[in-house]
Amino acid sequence: MTRTMQTETNNPVDAVDLEAEFRASNMQEVLDTLDRELIGLQAVKTRIREIAALLLVDRLRRRFALTSETPTLHMCFAGNPGTGKTTVAMRMGEILKRLGYVREGHLVTVTRDDLVGQYIGHTAPKTREVIKKAMGGVLFIDEAYYLYKPENERDYGQESIEILLQVMENNRDDLVVILAGYRDKMDRFFQSNPGMRSRIAHHIDFPDYAPEELLAIARLMLANQNYRFSAEGEQAFAEYLELRMKMEHFANARSVRNALDRARLRQANRLFERRGRPLTRDDLMTLEAEEVLASRVFREGRLDQGRA
Amino acid sequence: MMTNPGNRLTQGQFSFLPDLTDAQITGQIKYALGKGWAVSVEYTDDPHPRNTYWEMFGNPMFDLRDPAGILVEIDNCRKTFPDHYVRVMAFDSARGWETPRMSFIVNRPKQEPGFGLVRQESEGRVVRYTVRSYAADKPEQERY
Repeated sequence: MTRTMQTETNNPVDAVDLEAEFRASNMQEVLDTLDRELIGLQAVKTRIREIAALLLVDRLRRRFALTSETPTLHMCFAGNPGTGKTTVAMRMGEILKRLGYVREGHLVTVTRDDLVGQYIGHTAPKTREVIKKAMGGVLFIDEAYYLYKPENERDYGQESIEILLQVMENNRDDLVVILAGYRDKMDRFFQSNPGMRSRIAHHIDFPDYAPEELLAIARLMLANQNYRFSAEGEQAFAEYLELRMKMEHFANARSVRNALDRARLRQANRLFERRGRPLTRDDLMTLEAEEVLASRVFREGRLDQGRA
Repeated sequence: MMTNPGNRLTQGQFSFLPDLTDAQITGQIKYALGKGWAVSVEYTDDPHPRNTYWEMFGNPMFDLRDPAGILVEIDNCRKTFPDHYVRVMAFDSARGWETPRMSFIVNRPKQEPGFGLVRQESEGRVVRYTVRSYAADKPEQERY
């Protein structure tokens, strides 16, 4: 990094073209895919756009030898289950690589088990191992609040947090740490670890989806698997969502995915029972209303066999 | 005649060149990781050519994507053993190879006394040769 900086400062320029730089960075493409493939999540998209702009401007500033520190991009994703935290984190690696912020752009997903050891002296090497694997990419710590267990003062989680803090501060060029978890638990975690809070520049909220967003997500999920709803099927699914959202254990997009998986099962069964009749490509692709309406949510007003 | 002024140890790759800079080391490791080799850091204070197995500094690092992690380990090793030889190895686990594919020195003691040659007269006109590191006369940890 310092090397390129020096060569660039050797031949200073008078003016730079932000538009040309923008086009050269194929950033628009990144943002477009994001818009297309992620439904809703306005806050997330805005933040990514801001980060993209900052990195671009930083690159231009470097041409005028206006050095600044590498911006911290450690993030915290807080939101209810199924609001797309992991999905966005996976994208983040690719996005940051495209923007030239990280070198490799791979995602290393870990939970408490991968970071915290079982006996004294086990935690530090274990955490360092994981950090080394994530260097050049993104370290995604799911359910980060489990790292810290206040009820057990001899818990090794604290040690892991301290190592993480140190790396987040000193190796900012090498990796981006993303913490994720449910909002209330995350808040409690930050309260007991103020050092962590201050080292994370971006706290991004993942709001619950609106019904129409969930329907759009369902359509997108089906399209990715070469399925689609019939008109009545979609109508039925909208009704299903309305009922399902009021019930307990509703996990946003995850619930949608599970409901679709069950609908696919029923569709396969329906086609199977009517065997003997020739099937068209359309038949194999279409989910009808009866697949959705067969759900227990309609029949008994409760969940299928305790599934979320 | 001085064949090796400075008595610089010449083992592994690049050992006839000036010491590699960190940027050059990063480049070499990047190549190794790109090939899918497991990179490890080793050290010793007994650089005899037949001393193949040096001490491992931590475990070999598998599944790394970026050289930065290995550079951290190299720096740790240099800090712990500033006056030892430190080398980086890249192990290829592919069937048929299963052997180190790269090995180069990344840290040397400030003073390298080099090796002495001992000639032993034997039956007839036979001469047996032994290479001895001057440093190895002293006990471990006091050699450099």
